[in-house]
Amino acid sequence: MAAKREQEPITMDTFLSGLWRENPVFVMLLGMCPVLAVTNTTENALAMGLATTFVLVCSTGLVSILRDFIPKEVRIASYIVIIATFVTVVDYAIQAISLEIYNALGAFIQLIVANCMILGRAEAFASRQPLGKTLVDALGVGAGFTLALLCLGTVRELLGAGEILGVQVFPDGFEPWVIMLLPPGGFFVLAGWLLLFAWLKERQNQRAAAAKEATADGR
Amino acid sequence: MSAADSTQAPQAPSPTSSLRLVFTLGLIALCSGLLVVSVVEWTRPIIADNHERALQQAVFDVIPGAVERRDFVLTEQGLVPKEETDARGEVIHAGYTEDGALAGIALEASGRGYADVIRILYGYDPACECIVGMSVLESQETPGLGDRIETDPDFLGSIEGLDASLTEDGTELKHGIRTVDPGEREEPGDIDGITGATVSAEAIGDMLHRSANKQLPQLQGHWSELERNE
Amino acid sequence: MDADSLSYIFLNAAIINNFVLALFLGICPILGVSGKLGTAFPMGVASAFVMLIASLAAYGINIVLGYFELEFLSLIAYIAVIASAVQLVEMVVKKFSPPLYRALGIFLPLITTNCAILGVALFQTSYEYDFLQSLTYSLGAGAGFILAIVLMAGLREQVDLADVPSVARGAAMSLMLAGVLSLAFMGFAGLGG
Repeated sequence: MAAKREQEPITMDTFLSGLWRENPVFVMLLGMCPVLAVTNTTENALAMGLATTFVLVCSTGLVSILRDFIPKEVRIASYIVIIATFVTVVDYAIQAISLEIYNALGAFIQLIVANCMILGRAEAFASRQPLGKTLVDALGVGAGFTLALLCLGTVRELLGAGEILGVQVFPDGFEPWVIMLLPPGGFFVLAGWLLLFAWLKERQNQRAAAAKEATADGR
Repeated sequence: MSAADSTQAPQAPSPTSSLRLVFTLGLIALCSGLLVVSVVEWTRPIIADNHERALQQAVFDVIPGAVERRDFVLTEQGLVPKEETDARGEVIHAGYTEDGALAGIALEASGRGYADVIRILYGYDPACECIVGMSVLESQETPGLGDRIETDPDFLGSIEGLDASLTEDGTELKHGIRTVDPGEREEPGDIDGITGATVSAEAIGDMLHRSANKQLPQLQGHWSELERNE
Repeated sequence: MDADSLSYIFLNAAIINNFVLALFLGICPILGVSGKLGTAFPMGVASAFVMLIASLAAYGINIVLGYFELEFLSLIAYIAVIASAVQLVEMVVKKFSPPLYRALGIFLPLITTNCAILGVALFQTSYEYDFLQSLTYSLGAGAGFILAIVLMAGLREQVDLADVPSVARGAAMSLMLAGVLSLAFMGFAGLGG
């Protein structure tokens, strides 16, 4: 697949596939730990998504530049060192930007290192593709990851606190579902999104099958 | 990283020479080291400034009327400004009002709550011998239940002005600080509990008592050293 | 119990703040390898072993880096040590149990990117645990991880036999099971308090 892609020009599709069709969270089920852990508010989800995207773009970019230079035997070790470097950079940058966000995300900023999505992208895509394409792909995957985090974050904050980005949405009479902010809520909301996507996909398949049958009957 | 080098070296039976592997990894480690160091150096003052401002805000929150802060450490020679000593020990944040009078001191305390360790900062005013404010620095308490220790008005209200006077001989608190059931305060050292956050509220009372009981007797007789000498 | 006592640290890491079900660390292997009890248990043991190595190494790294005042390099050092330890485990498993090596397959090298292991190193540093406490903490975290992955595997083996609607098969079902387990584990909060 990778060899075929090399001939193709950079298209919108490279970006969109990471964002939607091969969404790292909903489709590939990668990098779940931060997805569940820091999505109890929309703000945290956004910060985490942006931090991860930054690390993803920088490290896959560098891997792509160095792809002919790094011997195959030490590639994983090299990738991990590169990723860890950028995570340390992000760690200090967030501390400098806002201590509040830093305290809210806690150890999960440093745990970006262990996000299998980034290592996976570096190994499967960046190590074989030129810089431009790698960057577009990384941006797409990063955007998909951020989107997924936001999907969870908004639902959990809305139901768990009746707010979005700290602005009250539901009237005072709304009793918050505190469980949504707690660990089980993370599992349930993600399961809910997966169910929704599975249902949509199944309906799409059924429609396609029905359409096919109809054309077959018509002949 | 040398650790990474040593693992990769045994993989020598490969087309690439192990020298080249070590060289590549060393080069990458060098570059990453340089990048990290430059970012750390660049952000260090900003981060220190952020911490400083957060602490300043927390101290002013728990000492009503304070607009200026100085840090002290209790040593054998009495209270010494933090910047003048290397001695380690509990830091005492002293807050001063606009005209330079001592408004109170802020002390840190911590203890185990319901979910994890809770860290608080509380203000003590030597003039009224009472606790004047409390703010939670760090907690993992259950949202909506345990975290009401940060918002419950009765609970926080009963901490403000809480008696923390010492016995005649100055070795311990006259009235032990404890958290009781909501609306059942009898002793001067009682704090109103919170329904649904019993454990968290009791943990706060407990850590206030332990910290005050230990630190205030030690500070006895040193209050004058906190007065500004300008 | 005192918050710093060894028994509390163990209990806290294993059950109260279970790494998987309360702190969301190591979800990937939990979803990936927990299909069968036969592979889940060895996977848990291998991860717990790497955790132990990572914890001991992190303790040493902290001393060395603290001495040279290079704390900002700690993250890079931890991950390098973890990657090395994982390769060690991989070689051992490959040599002594080839069937197990094939069963664990791709997930064995992925222990490197198991956040639970890096998490042990990071948390024990932020809690400023001494040597014995770090050791206890990593043992507790390992026990908690094994417990979670075995529980998940047991539940999933049962669910495989049940008549689940087709949309809910697979990951969504596993996540819901994890959610229910997580609810159950919430009941342990306040234990020992």
